[in-house]
Amino acid sequence: MATGAGTEQTQVIEEIEPFEAAAEIEGGDAVLIDTREPHEYQEAHLEGGKLVPPAMLADQIESVAPDKAARTILYCRSGNRSGKAAAQMQAMGYTNVASVGGGIMLWQEQGLPVVSASGMTAEQRERYSRHTLLPEVGVDGQLRLLNAKVLLLGAGGLGAPTALYLAAAGVGTIGLVDDDVVDASNLQRQVIHNTERIGMPKTTSARIFIEQLNPDVNVIEHNGRLDASNILEVMSDYDIVVDGADNFPTRYLLNDASVRLRKPVVSASILGFDGQVSTFMPYEGPCYRCLYPTPPPAELAPSCSENGVLGVMAGTMGTLQANEVIKLVLGKGSPLIGRLLLYEALGTSFTELKVRRDPNCPICGDDAPEIPESEMGQFPDYELFCAGAGGDR
Amino acid sequence: MATVRIPPVLRPKTGGSPEVEASGGNVGEVLRALTDAHPETSPQLFDAEGELNRYVNVYLNDEDVRVLDGLGTAVKDGDTVVILPAMAGGAC
Repeated sequence: MATGAGTEQTQVIEEIEPFEAAAEIEGGDAVLIDTREPHEYQEAHLEGGKLVPPAMLADQIESVAPDKAARTILYCRSGNRSGKAAAQMQAMGYTNVASVGGGIMLWQEQGLPVVSASGMTAEQRERYSRHTLLPEVGVDGQLRLLNAKVLLLGAGGLGAPTALYLAAAGVGTIGLVDDDVVDASNLQRQVIHNTERIGMPKTTSARIFIEQLNPDVNVIEHNGRLDASNILEVMSDYDIVVDGADNFPTRYLLNDASVRLRKPVVSASILGFDGQVSTFMPYEGPCYRCLYPTPPPAELAPSCSENGVLGVMAGTMGTLQANEVIKLVLGKGSPLIGRLLLYEALGTSFTELKVRRDPNCPICGDDAPEIPESEMGQFPDYELFCAGAGGDR
Repeated sequence: MATVRIPPVLRPKTGGSPEVEASGGNVGEVLRALTDAHPETSPQLFDAEGELNRYVNVYLNDEDVRVLDGLGTAVKDGDTVVILPAMAGGAC
């Protein structure tokens, strides 16, 4: 580590190279302070850098960096102001302060990433340039995507293509719920898994795929099943849920929880050459129970493992779900709220049906009882409700 | 004549066809014409009292017959009746 003397201070100030600072910041243990003025900070700053202008240092630094023994890295434009600030902090009792020599100018010259005026790094501006060119997306829309948190229920036939396109689009947080492992029979349609990863939990296989595709995405694995005991907790961290579940009990549970939490669900299902997709926005449009008050009996609801499914069908419907999610995040276009889109692949035909809120819906209808806080996590017995219904493996 | 769209799960009972022509003055008559031609579809569509099973949605063109006049909803030549059961397949 290069150690230089501050030129104007009597104390010795540790000065570090941008690449050294970058490594420490990457390690995650350092507090990063930007000792410039607000307008400079807004133009471009280091990711995670907290602004403390020189004139505010004495007043603000102890609240921004309360631990005086913690590693604290300061930077400014060229290294001059941060050196002075480091000396000031040492005089205040900070014991592990360093200043980035050459400041953000040298940092950028060396090709290290900054958060620019647009809020995106140079790499992100490049990666998402075809998005930001679109007036409907733009920089603001891309930032919305980067800040969005989407939960995928199922990392299989529908979840795979959805995850693929949401990850590529830069959805910042993708949660994956699945309790299954990758099987050879999945690979005909579940395009984020591969032959090498047969036997691996699907959530892990999906995470590996997504991280290779786009390092901007934070992948959260929920390797298990959603049930009445955990669904509210799992869902509470997300903005939108994508339903690619393979059974009716989970679909009804998800619906009832999403109405309680008022979170939108983009729902699709597939079988053979047929698919359905819709967006359920609680209280704005119908819910899943308005559309399907009761599940069908088993003979009317075979599963894909019994009936088969065209692989590309899963891709078509999953990417339609991804399209819905992106529109919801951007707040653009017309989502499939109150509309059920049917796709029949053999004839390549789309049919759109109207779905209306059911005033008698037991969950979101006019007379549906308010659910008190203490009963938020209590759900009906879906296994019983769906007893005899198909689709469950 | 109306066109009846047959969901995949009922196609084995209609000879595999995704669409069947059926005549009738209202939705109930069209569906009865279907079950007369393909009797195996009857228990899937109607309960013992002759009412539509609750888990089967029926649309006239793009509108749910529940918000129209139910089985009594008038059908014109060229209309499409869509039979739609819920499907659960997804992650499977």
